[in-house]
Amino acid sequence: MSLLNLTIAQAGDALAARKISAVELTAAHHEAMAALNPRLNAFITVTPELAHAQAQAADARIAAGEAGPLTGIPLAIKDLFCTAGVRTTAASKILEPFVPPYESTVTAQLLAEGAVFLGKANLDEFAMGSSNMTSGFGPVENPWKRNGSEAKLVPGGSSGGSAAAVAARIAMGATGTDTGGSIRQPASFTGLAGMKPTYGRCSRFGVIAFASSLDQPGPMARTVEDCAILLGAMSGFDAKDSTSAERPVPDFRAAVARGVKGLRIGIPAEYRMAGMSAEITALWENGAAWLREQGAEIVDISLPHTKYGLPVYYIVAPAEASSNLARYDGVRFGARVEGEDLIDMYERTRAAGFGAEVKRRIMIGTYVLSAGYYDAYYLRAQKIRALILRDFEQAFGTVDAILTPTAPSAAFGIGEKMDDPVTMYLNDVFTVPASLAGVPAMSVPAGLNAEGLPLGLQVIGKHFDEETVFAVSGALERAVGFTAKPQVRAE
Amino acid sequence: MPLEPATVRRIAKLARIRVSEDEVMLLQTELNAILGYVEQLNEVDVAGIAPLSGGAQMAMRLRDDVVTDGDIAEQILANAPDRAGPFFAVPKVVE
Repeated sequence: MSLLNLTIAQAGDALAARKISAVELTAAHHEAMAALNPRLNAFITVTPELAHAQAQAADARIAAGEAGPLTGIPLAIKDLFCTAGVRTTAASKILEPFVPPYESTVTAQLLAEGAVFLGKANLDEFAMGSSNMTSGFGPVENPWKRNGSEAKLVPGGSSGGSAAAVAARIAMGATGTDTGGSIRQPASFTGLAGMKPTYGRCSRFGVIAFASSLDQPGPMARTVEDCAILLGAMSGFDAKDSTSAERPVPDFRAAVARGVKGLRIGIPAEYRMAGMSAEITALWENGAAWLREQGAEIVDISLPHTKYGLPVYYIVAPAEASSNLARYDGVRFGARVEGEDLIDMYERTRAAGFGAEVKRRIMIGTYVLSAGYYDAYYLRAQKIRALILRDFEQAFGTVDAILTPTAPSAAFGIGEKMDDPVTMYLNDVFTVPASLAGVPAMSVPAGLNAEGLPLGLQVIGKHFDEETVFAVSGALERAVGFTAKPQVRAE
Repeated sequence: MPLEPATVRRIAKLARIRVSEDEVMLLQTELNAILGYVEQLNEVDVAGIAPLSGGAQMAMRLRDDVVTDGDIAEQILANAPDRAGPFFAVPKVVE
């Protein structure tokens, strides 16, 4: 079997048994990257020398008997995580020259485990997008194709580079971040598993901020177990993040095989949206049937404020973004465009450095926070956010987890859905409510549509109960037996 | 109430983003589409509901008010687009 098709769990076993070396594994992934990245554009910055050195250190560690499950595993790091001494851009021209002097907590923890970083993965600019089309460094191509078509499709977003790299077998796993669906929707579009943990589970320190009350790092990989291995290393309390949860990290990996016997799984009526495709409906029904066959009880539930999730999100997230992105002023870091005076410099710097979607969101955020509009927009949105949280709390009074589709469609073509911003926003209709409530949610590959493209199902759990989410996701994965591979991949 | 071009210019000014007149027209259309979409929030009864500001299921944590780092001026200045010795340099503000 090619090294490139191993799961992280399999590669970890092979490394521990000294059947393969980390240097060999990393070199194979470098070859894949050299062959495919010029086409896919999954990485903004590649760091082959650094990766080789990390792989050598991993081999030494394995030889010394000090290896963990991620020692020597080649990963893609979303270019939103600050990496000390390695350029970090957030896919924005305004950060094109930025080299962080410090390491994000999540990547520091992965490095401490001996992981190998192949490079910095492309994304939507400042993680604002659902297609990777807003990147200041060009779009990413989805390795999957429609049957009999060469048309380029989007990998989803914002963690689109991470998704494409893992799907195409350039990386074994990746870090993503999820603010309204940015791990789950690209996972669904590329046939991967991807987990947005509970808000507070992974530290946000060193992750370039988009919407601080929603941003949450998480893993993307080809199997549920691989996501569990990654999350185990990524999570944990961090004093440097004021909203980091002071809780022990459970054995996520053990939870994957736990099974669903006796679990109550909720099917929310409000996710059955008007105009939903028959394929998505059938996939969802299959998912429920698979869980029932494995001993779960399927329960109809109601999350009455679901339809308000997206409009709440498009007030709250831009409001927070407009504040967070105020720091890009051309003074302390990033690109600068000179002006006649200080204000002129700010305005020219931000006009040149930000792309269209980022400008739109900053302006919406500025407006909804401005005097006279704050109560009507922002405060009202925060109150409805409380109602959305209450919906989940009430549902979790009677069920252990919730099953929904991840996204309303499969991957779409590059350039499609660009006519107006709201059409693009609708991609996140099923993922945004869990983000607003702060609960964990995972996308699992559940099948292919009639055109041969992957579709995901979403499992939502209670706050800090990622273990049940992994258990349900693992059960779905075993039932689905998803073995399809993208057309564009390294072997 | 749709945004007027003057309001778009005012928002751009507040956000410190220079926009051309062509961009004002485009932004007016796009921002109005987004604001039109969020209008539906007005149909929700929010009487007596406390606003939810964050996703964290916890009270804000306090720490001792002590210095935890420092003496890293060179690291902090390393990314400055312009500097003058140990300072960030900006266009003249005071005549």
